[in-house]
Amino acid sequence: MPADALSRVFSALADPTRRDIVARLAAGDATVNELAEPYDVTVQAVSKHLRVLEDAGLVTRTREAQRRPVHLEAEVFDLMTKWIERYRRQAEERYRRLDAVLRDMPDAPETGAQP
Amino acid sequence: MTRTTTHETEIVLDEKVPLVRIIREFDAPPEKVFRAHADPELFARWCGPNGTRLDVEHYDCRTGGSYRFLMSDDSGEYGFRGCFHDVRPGELIVQTFTFEGEPDGVALERITFEDLGDRRTRLTSTSLTDSFEGRDAFVAGGMEVGVVEGYQRLDAVLSGI
Repeated sequence: MPADALSRVFSALADPTRRDIVARLAAGDATVNELAEPYDVTVQAVSKHLRVLEDAGLVTRTREAQRRPVHLEAEVFDLMTKWIERYRRQAEERYRRLDAVLRDMPDAPETGAQP
Repeated sequence: MTRTTTHETEIVLDEKVPLVRIIREFDAPPEKVFRAHADPELFARWCGPNGTRLDVEHYDCRTGGSYRFLMSDDSGEYGFRGCFHDVRPGELIVQTFTFEGEPDGVALERITFEDLGDRRTRLTSTSLTDSFEGRDAFVAGGMEVGVVEGYQRLDAVLSGI
């Protein structure tokens, strides 16, 4: 079910360390060791984060290469950003209509309009 | 937290609890912004996505009250219902929200109207769902065509790895 795939992307990015990893990979591919460097965590812990990102389709690793650099799948990442942006835009459209309603409203409630 | 712009509507997706928060400022005092939420006629004029019609069946916006409304567009008619748990005019609305297409799902919504002075209001609307899956479906929902295309693209990407 596609909703599961979507949820995996959302929850993969719900973690601040994983979001940070994604942000760093946006600048270019990196190895697990390179990714682990700035954090006060083990390489194993970073590998665990990478597995979550891999399961969500956000990153891939070259199987054959010795260094196995991690690669960000920008398309999936953009998609998720787009989803949130669409949600935001929809709310903004709704609130622009509310702006218009507010402009048309009289200041004081009409008699009997208040419960 | 995932934050977006500051001047327009701002969206916050919490990473610890399955909630989505929407923040927006208005050039009107809290009393007025509240009234545009509490009065069913006014509410029907702005709520709902573009190109949909909103028909209020009942809408009793006071503590202990309830509501039901229908949204319709080319694809059909969708029912929404809930209870007003706590209503303080000009300050706060706490309500439940259920999409009748998924009757087991319920979100708890808390809308606050913050007086910024100078006849301005900051509206903060927080929706708490019972799972991250529910929250994410909520955010990805209502996206009509885009989400279908998006799923197809996501499927394609996921099947290629």
